[in-house]
Amino acid sequence: MTGKIEVDGVAKVFGDPQRGFRAIDKVDLTIADGEFVCIVGPSGCGKSTLIRMFAGLEHPSEGQIQIAHDNPDRPVTAMIFQQESAFPWLTVADNAAYGLRASGTWKGAESQERVDYFLQKTGLYSFRGFRPDQLSGGMKQRLSIARAFATNPEVLLMDEPFAALDEQNKLIMQEELATLWEEFRSTVVFITHGLDEAVLLGDRVVVMSSAPGRFIHSLDIDLPRPRKSAEIRRTPEFGALTAELWDILGHEVRTARQQEADRIQAAGR
Amino acid sequence: MATIETIDVSRAPRKGTRRVLGMPIGLISPIVLLGLWEIAARTGAINVTFFPAPSTILATGFAQAQTAQFWGDLGISLQRIAVGLVMGAVPGVLVGLAMGLFRPVREALNPLIAALFPIPKIALLPLLLLIFGIGETSKYVTIAINVFFLMTINTFAGVVSTPKIYFEVAQNLKASRLKTYLTVALPGALPGIFTGLRICMGTALILLVAVEFSTADSGVGYRIWWAWTVFWVDTMYVGFLVIAILGLGFSYAVDFLERLVIPWHRKHER
Repeated sequence: MTGKIEVDGVAKVFGDPQRGFRAIDKVDLTIADGEFVCIVGPSGCGKSTLIRMFAGLEHPSEGQIQIAHDNPDRPVTAMIFQQESAFPWLTVADNAAYGLRASGTWKGAESQERVDYFLQKTGLYSFRGFRPDQLSGGMKQRLSIARAFATNPEVLLMDEPFAALDEQNKLIMQEELATLWEEFRSTVVFITHGLDEAVLLGDRVVVMSSAPGRFIHSLDIDLPRPRKSAEIRRTPEFGALTAELWDILGHEVRTARQQEADRIQAAGR
Repeated sequence: MATIETIDVSRAPRKGTRRVLGMPIGLISPIVLLGLWEIAARTGAINVTFFPAPSTILATGFAQAQTAQFWGDLGISLQRIAVGLVMGAVPGVLVGLAMGLFRPVREALNPLIAALFPIPKIALLPLLLLIFGIGETSKYVTIAINVFFLMTINTFAGVVSTPKIYFEVAQNLKASRLKTYLTVALPGALPGIFTGLRICMGTALILLVAVEFSTADSGVGYRIWWAWTVFWVDTMYVGFLVIAILGLGFSYAVDFLERLVIPWHRKHER
């Protein structure tokens, strides 16, 4: 096996295998160990379905996905969801520790230290005893990030983690995430709508087509690290890369819009 | 001519409890009603044989509170409710959880529960008397059956209405089944369990009184029935009062427990 994640001829059909909705169509993808890969694509292109398959929440209809599990002391994946996913019945501290406890990789003081470390990194340490309903939306999402990082997975999965945040919070969180990741360099698969977000964070950006989703382009991002959001955004390279992505994606988004319009009209008849 | 639209604090809706003469308005209405009742009774506008004055009822109540019989009735009634509640709630919650978590259990039990639930449980009393005799067991079981169905249905609803994302977090992290039940399904079902408890407390009182009317020789319900046979109307009213206070007390107790056990839940509703 060559990559950390090997996607081999994977297709996903919802409903009837022949006539059902084909969300993903025979895709191949290799993600290297320690690589930060962003996947962008129009709405409904199956990118969320793909990452949910990585997370073990969906199964491919065809083909297979292999994720190398190199260290049995670490869980294979931990996912950061778009929606709020902190357990309302647990305190901030227990939420952050949940991943390690649930996956059976809790190791006493060492694990507690790790949890505290990420609570500090996400600015939640002084809110340890609070419940999620007492936190703001941004804090709740930071808690999900702390939980996933504390779990110490071999692959971090993020499904549009900042989509529900306001623009200013999003900018801060992107930079915080970049800093946090540069410290650990675990493999990351990051789904996003934001082209600038993808360029800012990723080592590589993969573009998906409108449904049925296929990979149509892969763009290496050679911007130096550590990446400081404000500085990177000012560079001409950043603008050029974002524009290049939009050239490819814009066409797909228009196609997706037409598909959607056709579907709604067909349903209305 | 141009006018000026003034928007200031004088237009703000008033906050807090409405008060009349310095008292919360919710307290005024019962006081007014009791006052009218008292006046009507004393002036002979209503027949005190059926509607004794509130002051008479209170006096009778205080007198009875000095007797061992009063506390004996109250004690045995509370015991019947408590035992029936535990006997019904524990299996009810377990079956409800199982139905929420396992599709085969749900598919097997759903039609059965849907068919049995609408039967008024008091209709089963004659059968339960045949099986368990006229002692305490038949009374416990009547209440327990009712509690069982209510707790099953509400626990099941609680599990099902738990947002899927919480189960997905556990699944993604490869949490074991047992761990998922304990850390996701059970806490997720707690709001449903409390809804069930709230309904149970009300219906348990109804069943208690019905059972005590027909097959008991003690208890608050029995005392009301007995008061009819000897035509002690005041005593009958004392029984109504005790039951009203019990109902109110149970409701506050469930509220208190709910705030204690699921503090995250009520906050969402507000």
